[in-house]
Amino acid sequence: MSLRRVLALGFKEFLQVWRDPRSLAVALLMPLMQMVLLGYGVSLDIRRVPLCVQDQENSTESRALVEDFVASGWFAITRTLPDNAAVRTAMDREQCIGALVIPVDFSRVLAATGQAPVQSIFDATDTNTTNIAIGYAEGVISLATADFAARWEAAHGTRPTRVGVVDFEPRVWFNEGLDSKNFIIPGVVAVILALVGAQLTSLTISREWERGTMEQLISTPVQPIELMLGKLVPYFAIGLFDAAFCLAAAIFWFRVPFLGSIVTLALTTSLFTFVVLGIGYLISVRIRSQIGASQVALVLTMLPTTLLSGYTFPIDQMPAAIRALTFIVYPRYYVSILRAVFLKGSGVAELAFPMLALTLYAVFIIWVAARAFRKSLD
Amino acid sequence: MAEAIAIGNLTRRFGPLVAVNGVSFTVAPGEIFGLVGPDGAGKTTIMRMLAGVLSPHAGTILLDGIDVVAAPERAKPHLSYMPQRFGLYEDLTVAENIRFYAELFGVPRKERIARGAELLEAAALGPFRRRLAGNLSGGMKQKLGLICALIHTPRVLLLDEPTTGVDPVSRREFWAILYDLREQGVTILLSTAYMDEAERCTRLALLHAGEIRSCDTPQRLKQAMPGALLAVPAADPRAVRAALGGVPGVLGLLLMGDRVHVRVDDAARAAPLLAARLAGPNIAHGEIARVEPGIEDVFVALVGDATKAEAA
Repeated sequence: MSLRRVLALGFKEFLQVWRDPRSLAVALLMPLMQMVLLGYGVSLDIRRVPLCVQDQENSTESRALVEDFVASGWFAITRTLPDNAAVRTAMDREQCIGALVIPVDFSRVLAATGQAPVQSIFDATDTNTTNIAIGYAEGVISLATADFAARWEAAHGTRPTRVGVVDFEPRVWFNEGLDSKNFIIPGVVAVILALVGAQLTSLTISREWERGTMEQLISTPVQPIELMLGKLVPYFAIGLFDAAFCLAAAIFWFRVPFLGSIVTLALTTSLFTFVVLGIGYLISVRIRSQIGASQVALVLTMLPTTLLSGYTFPIDQMPAAIRALTFIVYPRYYVSILRAVFLKGSGVAELAFPMLALTLYAVFIIWVAARAFRKSLD
Repeated sequence: MAEAIAIGNLTRRFGPLVAVNGVSFTVAPGEIFGLVGPDGAGKTTIMRMLAGVLSPHAGTILLDGIDVVAAPERAKPHLSYMPQRFGLYEDLTVAENIRFYAELFGVPRKERIARGAELLEAAALGPFRRRLAGNLSGGMKQKLGLICALIHTPRVLLLDEPTTGVDPVSRREFWAILYDLREQGVTILLSTAYMDEAERCTRLALLHAGEIRSCDTPQRLKQAMPGALLAVPAADPRAVRAALGGVPGVLGLLLMGDRVHVRVDDAARAAPLLAARLAGPNIAHGEIARVEPGIEDVFVALVGDATKAEAA
């Protein structure tokens, strides 16, 4: 192997990327765009849930309860409705996903017994959102209950006997405290790196075929391994630059707490970048048209990364068969590494398993990719 | 090991099509050997197999004694191949392309600079070294291709239709470089569809439908052409060609600009017959004279005969 040829190829490739606005856009603008889109667009927190109110009593107490819902910030009152039929209509028209029904004797029962039922109705077509909204509603009710109990105690000198039958407080604290962005953003970095990295290298070999430069290139003494390394060098630099940009954005812009060490982060990120570039290169070797290679790279990185990496959908909640499948989905290792490094401050020792998995992946991909290229037109 | 190139019984198929069928020839060191034939004759396929980028289905290729079929990588440091389609990087400058190919062949820096300057000078490309290759004219691109192919001083140079689409001035410069190389002992194999260019080669292989019809020096090929050649200049050469079909003794007719080349079995006997045939419909024509055949005449004579033989 000749280092000189590797460097010559790397320099040539760098010049080509540098002079090609499309490649530059993929390399530099795509990460920025995706960081904004995915960073802001994907959130498991639900705010301002559209809620209808059917206040049958319309007393000071009932209005105070509605006010509690609004003040919590989780709900937005979109309609005030006369009856249950109207609730149904409002849900059908998607004016609200839930309704709060306050019975006609709410304040009277409350004053007499210290407890009064209120009903909430939720549209469960989107179970995820509904579950979260129910949690919020329970939280608001339990806060209102505690508040009422305090006032009752001040007035009567004793606590009401049946107040706060169910204590919902932990759920409220949980949702208030844990911002889902801390969980999502590190995964976003992995998604972007996988996407951009594979896109970049997926075009390098097919471009040579399409532009007719490959025929002359393979008539020279260049070896397949030199070609591969030469092609990967500039993209590795670009990949690391993109990674640094995304990670810096995660820490300084999205303010995800970073408890780990930069060295661990750099090491694991390099490893992942290498795997991703290797996969892109392999695709490029196998598929000779640029469009085709780009499409395959998109499917092979986008789908596993977004669906099976655990970036949004937790792996331990998947069916066993799918869960087993995720072990070959390389981004899952990097997603779990990133979360551990960011949120738990894990070091190399704790991350031995995912790092080993990524290393094996890197070795395997490079081995396959280096052998896949044939210096031949047939 | 006297031959720079020796190929034997070379065969390559593409599906049902036999692109190259049992081709054999040898090229001596320092020769400029031409592969001549129309598109689809198999020129490019032979070139690619010689360059070690396409494997033959049968046959042998020796370049300077190196078995290209068995070990193409061993031959590659010693050869240069310039594909028919421009194979350099259009988004790199002239100088960057030259440097890239020099590095791939491990040319020392000093040598690259000296030889690069020399070649740029010969190709009149010196003022354009900072221009992107994509912005060069067709002729300049081909000359740049030649420079990149020559930066490492190959023993064998393979040029696939190097002057197609090249202006006459660039073409002359191109050939001047080739003649220079011959002096230095570089063996050159080139393919061409231009008959006038074929005449510049030391030896030619006339290729048709994947087979060699004839292989010799241009001079001997012309001498060996069966029959004699008469030229009939005319204002309307198409009318002349139409009128002369079927005259006894006429073997072939070829339109050559403002004249018709008539290949006949016996010049002395045929000339009056031709004049008589043209006098009938009163077709105006100049003096019918015997001329020396060109490579195109030879080629058409050979291929025409072959098609007739196939039809029979």
